[in-house]
Amino acid sequence: MNERGSIAAGRQIDAVVIGGSAGGLDAMLRILSGLPGTFRLPLIALLHLPNNGDSKLVDVFGARLAIPVEEAADKARIAPGRLYFAPGGYHLLVEQDFSFALSCEAPVHYSRPSIDVLMESAADAWGPRLAGILLTGANDDGAEGLARIGERGGLTVAQDPDEAAIPTMPRAAIKRRAPDLVLPLDSIRDLLLELNRH
Amino acid sequence: MKPDATDIELKLLAEAIFLRYGHDFRDYSLASQKRRVLHALSQFDCPTISALQSRVLHDPEAFHQLLQFLTIPVSEMFRDPSYFLALRREAAPLLQTYPSIKVWVAGCSTGEEVYSLAILLHEEGLLERTLIYATDINPASLDKARRGIFPLSAMERYAASYEKSGGKRQLSDYYTSAYESALMDRFLSANVTFADHSLATDTVFSETHLVSCRNVLIYFNRKLQDRALKLFHDSLCNRGFLGLGSKESMDFSACSDSFETVDRRERLYRKR
Repeated sequence: MNERGSIAAGRQIDAVVIGGSAGGLDAMLRILSGLPGTFRLPLIALLHLPNNGDSKLVDVFGARLAIPVEEAADKARIAPGRLYFAPGGYHLLVEQDFSFALSCEAPVHYSRPSIDVLMESAADAWGPRLAGILLTGANDDGAEGLARIGERGGLTVAQDPDEAAIPTMPRAAIKRRAPDLVLPLDSIRDLLLELNRH
Repeated sequence: MKPDATDIELKLLAEAIFLRYGHDFRDYSLASQKRRVLHALSQFDCPTISALQSRVLHDPEAFHQLLQFLTIPVSEMFRDPSYFLALRREAAPLLQTYPSIKVWVAGCSTGEEVYSLAILLHEEGLLERTLIYATDINPASLDKARRGIFPLSAMERYAASYEKSGGKRQLSDYYTSAYESALMDRFLSANVTFADHSLATDTVFSETHLVSCRNVLIYFNRKLQDRALKLFHDSLCNRGFLGLGSKESMDFSACSDSFETVDRRERLYRKR
């Protein structure tokens, strides 16, 4: 069994959060377009976009994925087998009862939504049953959030900086707290499939 | 999973504040409140939320300072310009039919939205017969709102939003610049009553024709959201308008049957 397999084995994961910035759209499409319609874990995705207005992410991913895609709505319960996108212009948080909450407080790392804000709240809600994935990007949002997931016993993954379109973000996360796994995109997709089997 | 110490402390802090000062944060959304309280910890130089609670209980001035962290003084003029376009298109023609108009801006924070609405009402020929109630729980925010002074750099950003909102003049027609500040024209706030009012503990104070409460309900849990929506419903006149934030909705509320949707995208509703 390879490293990925042995770390994933026996892990009970209930949800996955994925953060990405510059180059993140292509990276996410590469990971997620390979998932089958039977995929049951909820996936919560956050992509920094240049304008904070309404994004077309739901349409872009909805047209290419086998699972339903929707925008995370305030107070909505998180359902299995769906991909949720953080809406533009708001922070997205996860409550203890696994529902979403939005906030328009000040940007964090010049970003709203911020990956740190999402990951920290999701880590508090799911504890060890959360997997966090941080992809390509040009700033250091997500490093704190991924560290919090790790501190709470969750599974942490950074995209291999050598493969990342912009390696700053995964590098910052690796420097802040060594993730459980540093993987290229195709292996991250395989990992999700393995986690989904348990 | 048992709640950890921090989550217990958060609940106790909200309880202590309610008992001591009457401000009710017990039904706020926990995840974002936790961030705000943890941020306050570092500013107050307190090692734990329990330590902060002790300080706040015994020192009203410390509570006043903490209130600045617990509330969210992030606001802008003409945020989501298309909302204001919808108000011009859908609400203004009906408001025209009333001899006098009352508008409630609930959770007005530092007043940016109040001045935006006043400008809109002025341009629609309604401001002179409108009374605006601008309410918030944070006295410091209300003071700022009353003063109507905003950073000039921000006004330049707001000007683009004003234009997209259907603005008929220049935003700079409505303020005087001095140094790095913009002072809003006094006629805009002549008919505005700034008042302390809590959606969590207070009741309805007037009949209104339009309630605008944007990006306030997201900080509440479902129970408190329902309470606030019920207040708006009770306050609104027959067929009165309600505007919410662009990512807020009544989909999860017990009140959803009490309102009809005028413009779903712009979160504009009318009392049934």
